[in-house]
Amino acid sequence: MKIGVLALQGDFAEHISMLKKIGAETVEVRLPKHLDGLDGLIMPGGESTTIGKLAVAYGLMEPLREFGKIHAVWGTCAGAIFLSKDIGRNQPLLGLMDIKVQRNAFGRQVDSFETDLEIEELMKATGTEHPYHAVFIRAPIIESVSGSAKALSVLEDGRIVAAQQGHLLATSFHPELTSDTRFHEYFISLASES
Amino acid sequence: MEAKTGTWTEKKGLAQMLKGGVIMDVVNAEQAKIAEEAGACAVMALERVPADIRADGGVARMSDPDMILKIMEAVSIPVMAKCRIGHFVEAQILESIGVDYIDESEVLTPADEEHHILKHNFKVPFVCGCRNIGEALRRIGEGAAMIRTKGEAGTGDVVEAVRHARSVIGSIRALQVMNDEELMTFAKNNGAPYELVKEVKTLGRMPVVNFAAGGVATPADAALMMQLGVDGVFVGSGIFKSGDPAKRAAAIVKSVTHYQDAAILAEVSKNLGEAMVGRNAAHMPEGEKLAVRGW
Repeated sequence: MKIGVLALQGDFAEHISMLKKIGAETVEVRLPKHLDGLDGLIMPGGESTTIGKLAVAYGLMEPLREFGKIHAVWGTCAGAIFLSKDIGRNQPLLGLMDIKVQRNAFGRQVDSFETDLEIEELMKATGTEHPYHAVFIRAPIIESVSGSAKALSVLEDGRIVAAQQGHLLATSFHPELTSDTRFHEYFISLASES
Repeated sequence: MEAKTGTWTEKKGLAQMLKGGVIMDVVNAEQAKIAEEAGACAVMALERVPADIRADGGVARMSDPDMILKIMEAVSIPVMAKCRIGHFVEAQILESIGVDYIDESEVLTPADEEHHILKHNFKVPFVCGCRNIGEALRRIGEGAAMIRTKGEAGTGDVVEAVRHARSVIGSIRALQVMNDEELMTFAKNNGAPYELVKEVKTLGRMPVVNFAAGGVATPADAALMMQLGVDGVFVGSGIFKSGDPAKRAAAIVKSVTHYQDAAILAEVSKNLGEAMVGRNAAHMPEGEKLAVRGW
């Protein structure tokens, strides 16, 4: 299993170390040619404006869209924003997932938080029962899902923080900042199916 | 469970999101927008860039909160602001207006010549400067969730940035081959907290994100720092004291992403116009150096 991690900016090294922990081969993706031969792609946390501009500058937009049509792609935080169709402001988006996202939805850094989430799909897929400890940093929320996209996890107030559409996955929070590898394992299972 | 804010994971985590990026000094909302448009991963809001602080002399203090708030309104990326070393009330003010990161900075005139701020007392994360691993680990011990090597701000001369980054990264390498009984001696000789020395040995890197700062003026300078092993770059006077700030800013952003690709570095280095004039930092009188501030 060979998984690429978009390495334009952000915490791509943290994703790579999680993937290595569960035995996946990894590749840093900075140019279109780095997508060759990959089974899946993770787009990390970082600044979505920075990542979008660099993706445009180095001709990655169309290759990423083509890749996402057939392969598993997972975006965490900035990566989830980049995957979405609509964020209510003008910046480069891949538009692969039928989700509407709001950036910095919880406020500024002092409002960033950690909390436990009950994610049924994840617990079922990994055969575990304990909640998932999620780290949100200047995090976006998924305002709405449409088409075949479905909510995977919601906060107590009903706001969506994880969504899936077939082989595409978006999370507002950062599994790569924890030691819990379940989300990465879940993504690998999507990558092996697609 | 209750949601928890201001945790160590949260503080360190925002710095992890900035990795592989460029943080740019800006003095007003217009510059902040240029920086964001160029691909900066964050901006540092301050009234005068270090080159002007040097030229003007006098006491350099925290910036006007109103000016910082205007920059926070103008951009969607994180906004950092500087307080003086040891000036915990300036830090309280910056925290209350909601800046995303505080830089307890040697570029401003120190308010305390013996103590730094106890940064664990705050919910907002702090970044601090260092010249060597002892200074870095003392700051982390006080609660800094991000470190930057100091370099010599406002000079456009990368020599001190290289000296400090090599010192920190060289020490991390040296620790890897030390046996456990040598660690306490290392802690003593470097004035570094023992527990953090052990952690650096185990991790094989700094326990928090480490950027380079102070003298980066060109895409090649930025890529040099990245190849030396830092996680990202601060550019202060280097952008808005140059001939074509928007173009130079975008080029430096690209150089940090593609820091190992010489063909791309050549491409982005073309036709950038005048770099900042610069001052030779190696021959600067000790009294004029900002990097010696901090204890």
